Amino acid sequence: MADLRELYQEVILDHTKNPRNYRTMADATAQADGNNPLCGDRVTVYLKLDGDRIVDASFQGQGCAISKSSASIMTEAVKGKTRAEAEVLFDRFHEMITGKPGAPVDGKALGKLAVFQGVSEFPLRVKCASLAWHTLRSALAEKPGIVTLE
Amino acid sequence: MARTAKVLFDVPEIKKDFPILQRTVRDKPLTYLDSTATSQKPRQVIDAMTDYYSRYNANVHRAIYELGEESTREYEGARERVAAFIGAKDPMEVAYTKSTTESLNLVAYGYALKGKRVQKGDEIIGTVLEHHSNHVPWHFVRDLKGVTLKYVDVDEDGRLKMEQYDDLITKRTKVVTVAQVSNVLGTINDVKEIAKRAHEVGAVCVVDAAQSVPHMPVDVRELDCDFLAFSGHKMLGPTGVGVLYGKKEVLEETEPLLGGGEMISEVHLGTAKWNDVPYKFEGGTPPIAEVIGLGAAVDYLTKLGMPAVRQHEMNVTGYALQELSNVAGLRVYGPKDVRQRGGVVSFTMAKAHPHDIASILDVEGVCIRSGHHCAQPLMDRYDLAATARASFYVYNDLEDVDRLAAALQKVNEVFG
Repeated sequence: MADLRELYQEVILDHTKNPRNYRTMADATAQADGNNPLCGDRVTVYLKLDGDRIVDASFQGQGCAISKSSASIMTEAVKGKTRAEAEVLFDRFHEMITGKPGAPVDGKALGKLAVFQGVSEFPLRVKCASLAWHTLRSALAEKPGIVTLE
Repeated sequence: MARTAKVLFDVPEIKKDFPILQRTVRDKPLTYLDSTATSQKPRQVIDAMTDYYSRYNANVHRAIYELGEESTREYEGARERVAAFIGAKDPMEVAYTKSTTESLNLVAYGYALKGKRVQKGDEIIGTVLEHHSNHVPWHFVRDLKGVTLKYVDVDEDGRLKMEQYDDLITKRTKVVTVAQVSNVLGTINDVKEIAKRAHEVGAVCVVDAAQSVPHMPVDVRELDCDFLAFSGHKMLGPTGVGVLYGKKEVLEETEPLLGGGEMISEVHLGTAKWNDVPYKFEGGTPPIAEVIGLGAAVDYLTKLGMPAVRQHEMNVTGYALQELSNVAGLRVYGPKDVRQRGGVVSFTMAKAHPHDIASILDVEGVCIRSGHHCAQPLMDRYDLAATARASFYVYNDLEDVDRLAAALQKVNEVFG
């Protein structure tokens, strides 16, 4: 079960069962919807921006353990960051989950997000892990419409 | 059903015919339980295709030399065996297409949209349990010709509410279409009765047989359906070839989907005259190797015997339903009685999303499908985003079910 524990780490399971910031946000200044038609996962990401800074982030939706925990950990990770910092974090995260399995990970920069490194061994799950992030970027760009991962 | 239930044919021997089943995935033996999506291929099919490419590759119906004679003989010989396999009285009632999807699009376009039988204001009746490929082509007809689409609902056990046909079928009904076996619930629908009801008002009955022809005896004359569509790749054959069966007289009334070579008898700059049925539907160089592979698949299944295939799948499915009922939090969809269902078992688990189930099973070497199975209207009907689905075929046995059940216990361990 080595591979399995790699994918479903305790932190991931914890965030699946007890997702953080799992709520709508009445005073959100930006929000976006995302969906993955392949598996029917749906997520809405809410942001409160103060100028360039994300002062609050939350989400709602339904999905698998990977997509739900990724959304949960993402909302924690981007709170307090500027738009540019959030973009950089996404790039690092995306690089890790689409990278070579076992490649070194910048744990300091990624923090808790590093638990998703196991996703790189399961390319079909990359979309699950990145759905909330693509939706976040859409909210930051204030692009209308729904993010659809094909 | 007991664990020692008698197996009708020797599955370990059958497994030996399938080269892919000798491999491992993630260092585990491969347990392939996704034949509803696509079946594996026996050596006999792969060899027949290799033989064509290495010994007599030539275009069909055109080449005036020995290679062309051989390829045409094999291509048409496969048509005769496919026709016999589904009980068609004439091989000329069998047209080759690319897939079930193309076959259904051909009927929607050639019969309903372009043909003369269906007019604005007429009605087409489907069901909520259809695959997207038996929904969307009819949407085209609705949008372009102004017909009304109506749908028969399912009950909580996944069976069609047959009594709804009483109200839905009217004098304006021109097409009644249904999947013989649901690719999600496994439900076997009473096509014979539905065809009879369609004929009472002069409508045609179009059958999506993608999940039935590979798994059970199907006789088009017994069903008395007008069109029947299925794919090669779900019945041990290759991808890229499908079949449209049609009664000769309805095929005559169906316009071709593809214009080009082969499908014409005469072309001038101003006009073209269609070739005879079924050649008018086979524009362009057909998938020759694939058709020959399909012929070999039909031979393989015929040798096993379709009644035995069906009985075997009932045994394995019955055992699976029993074993899955021992997994905590697991809910199975579709009919409970194996006589009413094919070898398709869709389920959800209380603690794990279908995608997570599939990933954990993958690590155990067990391949199942998760998602909406190209049947979103049915998912909406049961208010589901997705299900996990295991499906069985001739190369699966009770041990495969045991591996599935053990892997599902692991899912509960991970998400416990």
